[in-house]
Amino acid sequence: MIFKGRVWKFGDNVDTDAIIPARYLTTSDPRELAAHCMEDTDPNFVARVKTGDIILGGENFGCGSSREHAPIAIKAAGISCVVAKSFARIFYRNAFNMGLPIFESRELGDAIKEGEKITVDSAKGTITVTKENKSFTINPIPPFMEQLIADGGLMKHIAKK
Amino acid sequence: MGNTITEKILMAHTGLKKISAGQLINARVDIALGNDVTAPIAINEFQKAGGKKVFDKNKIALVLDHFTPNKDINSAQQCKAVREFALKQKVTHFYEGGQVGIEHALLPEQGIVLPGDLVIGADSHTCTYGALGAFATGVGSTDLAAVMLTGELWFKVPQSIKFVIYGKLQKWVSGKDLILHIIGRIGVDGALYKAMEFTGETIGKLPMADRLSMANMAIEAGAKNGIFAPDAITREYVKKRAKRDYKFYSSDADAVYSDIIEINAGGIEPQVAFPHLPSNVKPISKAGKVKIDQSLIGSCTNGRIEDLRIAAQILKKRKAASNVRLIVVPATPAIYKQALKEGLIEIFMNADAIISPPSCGACLGGHMGILAEGERAITTTNRNFVGRMGHPKSEVYLASPAVAAASAVLGRIASPAEL
Repeated sequence: MIFKGRVWKFGDNVDTDAIIPARYLTTSDPRELAAHCMEDTDPNFVARVKTGDIILGGENFGCGSSREHAPIAIKAAGISCVVAKSFARIFYRNAFNMGLPIFESRELGDAIKEGEKITVDSAKGTITVTKENKSFTINPIPPFMEQLIADGGLMKHIAKK
Repeated sequence: MGNTITEKILMAHTGLKKISAGQLINARVDIALGNDVTAPIAINEFQKAGGKKVFDKNKIALVLDHFTPNKDINSAQQCKAVREFALKQKVTHFYEGGQVGIEHALLPEQGIVLPGDLVIGADSHTCTYGALGAFATGVGSTDLAAVMLTGELWFKVPQSIKFVIYGKLQKWVSGKDLILHIIGRIGVDGALYKAMEFTGETIGKLPMADRLSMANMAIEAGAKNGIFAPDAITREYVKKRAKRDYKFYSSDADAVYSDIIEINAGGIEPQVAFPHLPSNVKPISKAGKVKIDQSLIGSCTNGRIEDLRIAAQILKKRKAASNVRLIVVPATPAIYKQALKEGLIEIFMNADAIISPPSCGACLGGHMGILAEGERAITTTNRNFVGRMGHPKSEVYLASPAVAAASAVLGRIASPAEL
């Protein structure tokens, strides 16, 4: 898979209340959730995000609650993938289970600015900064996770078995 | 090479004879939990996958506790969808209305989760049941759907961190203070993907309510689960509640840990986590003069009868400061009834407290206790992220019931020792 997009930078410990505040969890409609994605951190995010853009987080991205509404909101907002230094474990599960591509890279975050364009190539395991032609490696995805993605998420993986 | 209690419970739920940290396994689930926020997505996924019948109606718990009593039309719709599913599938452990309690207080109280169980819940605080010596972990809604369909789920066997806690707890210091101290020490990702195993002489004497508070907040250090080896205190708690067999596991002497952390609990004061992370912890003596607008005593962390007794002890013949809204949330109907019987509810009402029905509402900024811009709350809950209890510019401070009660009286963050 190849993802090309502009980067939205966030810091460490982006929690699921920041991704989608609990006050909006009275629905699971992806479009409604997307309308409030990252609202308390950056009220302009939803208005300015373009389809294909990429979220770049720091350590422990997606910490806090188990709400699958968080990856649902991110995906429905048009984000193609999330890159972070590390992910909180329930968010990590949820992303693979429901089909939001996520990648771990320790170096990228400190090396680029918000708004720069990057290309994530999951097969090659690289992230390239388009303008400067700089390249970074992404941590390899465990084979089971690759299978989940290839099958289209956990439920389709089970159906296949 | 021996195994940890976490590894042993996981292994017992597979066909495997050997297991080690880092291994990916498929394991059988004893109890799978969902609530009115997370179950609707799971039910939808279950049906989309062609699911007709759940794998075992006795092994699923559906608890309508988050936006209940129904906050608005949307939340009523979500509850309706879960209710229809639960009734159609004849789910044994379905709770709503006057029977509902906050899920992580309710399931142990009702003997639905037991020692040695493998429990998953589409709620991050499912890790609470580790207090009983169960492996319990929070997962997402799709995970819950998969378990409702197959009775199994994938897990990565976690490494374990062993906490050896010794020393006598000071007055007013509880399990909540211990876990806040630990999170302050290791950080919100200090146990990322790992099991937190709590051991030592202090833990051996720690009442079940305190163990439940500690295991509840393992997730706030990023952990997969928190766990206590079951003992006489566990046996006393479960023997009158269990309606099926259960098993006590313990770690081998030569089990492998990624880290061993020793903590002298005798030196710990009541703790307060300042905004906006549960790891931003200070001892009460260094809290300074922080005025508050609201004090909340309740939640899956600290809404048990033992918590209410401590709060009542402090609030007896006292009143909340005139500028403070004091909200008390008994976590389950049984706790509420017991508090009535013991006269605690009267003490709270005489202290000008608002008594809330069992609900997660205020803790997650859902309803029944929302903060306005610039307001501050001291609360016995487990998270203080930006906007957690209301306006993005409000502030949440986490503490024990003793500190929340004393703070309500004095109108600022305070130790009970100041009264």
